[in-house]
Amino acid sequence: MTWLALSWEYVLELTRDHLLLSVPAVLLSVLIAVPIGRLANRRRVLGGLVTGAATLMYAIPALPLLIIIPAVFGFPLRSSATVVTALTVYGVALLVRTAADAFGSVDAEVRDAALAVGHSPRSVFWHVDLPLAIPVLLSGTRVVAVSTVSLVTIGALIGVPGLGSLLTDGFQRGITEEVAVGVVATIVVALVLDGLLLAAGRALTPWARTPRRSAKTAGGAR
Amino acid sequence: MKRSLPGQRPRKRRALAAALAVAGTAALTACSGGDPFDSGSDGGDGDTIVIGSQDYYSNEIIAEIYAQALEEAGYTVDRQFRIGQREAYLPEIEDGTIDLFPEYSGPLLQYWNAETSVNLPDEVYAELEGAVPDGLRVLDQSPANDQDSYTVTQEFADEWGLTAIGDLAEVTTPLVLGGNSEAETRAYGPAGMMETYGIEIGFTPIEDGGGPLTVQALEDGDIQLAVIYTASPAIAQGGLVTLEDTEGLFLASNVVPLASDNVDDEAAAIIDGISAGMDTEDLIALNVRSVEEELPAATIAEDWLAENPQ
Amino acid sequence: MSLLMDAGAWLGDPANWSGDNGVPTRTVQHLAITGAAVGIAAAVALPAGVLIGHTRRGAGLVGALSGAARAIPTLGLLTLFGLAYGIGLKASLAALVVLAVPSILAGAYAGVQAVDAATVSAARAVGMRPRQVLFGVELPLAAPVVVGGVRAAVLQVVATATLAAYIADYGLGRYLFAGLKSRDYAQMLAGALLVAALALLLELAFAAAQRYAATRIADPARSDRNDTRTVQKGPTS
Repeated sequence: MTWLALSWEYVLELTRDHLLLSVPAVLLSVLIAVPIGRLANRRRVLGGLVTGAATLMYAIPALPLLIIIPAVFGFPLRSSATVVTALTVYGVALLVRTAADAFGSVDAEVRDAALAVGHSPRSVFWHVDLPLAIPVLLSGTRVVAVSTVSLVTIGALIGVPGLGSLLTDGFQRGITEEVAVGVVATIVVALVLDGLLLAAGRALTPWARTPRRSAKTAGGAR
Repeated sequence: MKRSLPGQRPRKRRALAAALAVAGTAALTACSGGDPFDSGSDGGDGDTIVIGSQDYYSNEIIAEIYAQALEEAGYTVDRQFRIGQREAYLPEIEDGTIDLFPEYSGPLLQYWNAETSVNLPDEVYAELEGAVPDGLRVLDQSPANDQDSYTVTQEFADEWGLTAIGDLAEVTTPLVLGGNSEAETRAYGPAGMMETYGIEIGFTPIEDGGGPLTVQALEDGDIQLAVIYTASPAIAQGGLVTLEDTEGLFLASNVVPLASDNVDDEAAAIIDGISAGMDTEDLIALNVRSVEEELPAATIAEDWLAENPQ
Repeated sequence: MSLLMDAGAWLGDPANWSGDNGVPTRTVQHLAITGAAVGIAAAVALPAGVLIGHTRRGAGLVGALSGAARAIPTLGLLTLFGLAYGIGLKASLAALVVLAVPSILAGAYAGVQAVDAATVSAARAVGMRPRQVLFGVELPLAAPVVVGGVRAAVLQVVATATLAAYIADYGLGRYLFAGLKSRDYAQMLAGALLVAALALLLELAFAAAQRYAATRIADPARSDRNDTRTVQKGPTS
């Protein structure tokens, strides 16, 4: 444990950098993907196109994306903005389909009932659709959070520090411990964020804590 | 990760709207122009000297030595280390984001003048001084040298009696070179080898900059030749032989600081002192400490400065 | 956008379409390593996922494991495997298998687990044996989600297989690294476009497969797609 004993402060510093890149990317992904998912859910043809396009964005390899983004948006290559944008692209790509499914999972009868008792369509969205979509949205967001934290490591390839710096540095110096610490720290950060999201979801959807075993439908099988 | 939903009752969720509002604010803060953690945007003001380094531990140690020496002299230093390869950071030096950067004379010259034909240290330095764009200058070059080289295993050298690159012409088995993918297109790659020495070699990319994977590939016999820096601890640790470059395939590559006008004469004098006080043995020793003692760059730099007070 | 034009020019140059570094060769290599990685991952994860979904035991473990596996940075994994196995394809393949497992496992598990318990009970009630229940009822009904898991894995692997070029002369990733390191961004972008195009083709193929699974295997009668409460006979695969 020589390396860690000597460099733990550096690991903490990089963990902070890592969080400052991942958290905004996850938040932006949610803010962008939820409206798109809602739209995709309402308009089937458009929805098919949008979710298809989103899935394709996920297939763009990370390295070229990091080069293309500065060219398109005019950021400096080596900037947090480049990394956050790239991660948001992936996050949105992952989340749009889930968001569409989430709104699709809201029971139409519930929505009709809300309209019938006098909610405006806008109010139905905020007070019915969105809350009821939260469990599925949240499961999608958890996946995005975890994969974003993992992907931030590629920032090291363009000189944006994060836990990925431990991977490239450890690799060059042949210090396996440093690489392993980088991998483990990344996983820990991801799982902590995941846990926080899970807790937030529980707090936001108290009704979901009631026993649900009996309510199992095949809604997930599509 | 799709889940089935239980039957649910609609309910007002003001907390949700509040949460989304907070999230929105955070996101806006994060992408506004005054982004507090945006490392690429600051620098260039007169008070702080922004020092950069390559994504290469040896280069980082040199940059850290510059940083500590300047801090000792009362300068404020902003460390922008581990930026990656030349292609990534030179634009930032050219646009004034970074003020000081430890560089290597030959490769730097090739960046601005790919056609150069010189290869001795002083020739390279003289031509480099002329090639540097306006607003930048190179400070004195150091005797410390860390250049690309063709390296083989001791065993392979013994088997074929190799001491210089030209001796490879005697080898009758296929030769495969391993190195970063840029080696394939650079002057010292397979094409240059054919042109300069008339020897045909294959190529396999290993993107670790002559690091442990490259050395392991040599030992495994996956490659016969590797591009490894002469100051690499792998050579110092034994078992490898660097082939002598009699025909000037590789340019001399001495440590040379690249500086903007923001580095004043007093600061330049401090850096020149460091360059003069460092030789190739020092550089190898610094690298060995990093790899074997696993020390952070800051500690290694501090110890070197303690032994070589400026 | 001149970069895009340059990439187009690169793609239009016949010199880039022949030989060991030509587009056809690199594409075949890319497909080969993607197929191998997903194949190995599927061989491990499909039976495991189906078993867990069938027995409904170990679900928490699967969730935690696949969550943790998603968090593993592939670059780090590749580095560790590289240090362990040396250069070449073995390390890349191992890293890509680890990347592919969570999606396939989650798909297999979620698909089988989501089959309505009442359906399974009904199948038992009419006298089907456990094997028949699994292959005749649960798997056909789960097929769309199972295929969806494989589809997600393929997409991830085909994009990430570019990393194989980090330590081997293999796949479309070579254009990315060669372009990056020599500032030939046109080549790099061309490589990225090729990977994206390959992903698009695979995606279309899998979308078709998933539709087939949904309409022909899981729900031949094509009744209300969410209503799986009636036992449906599917082909025993």
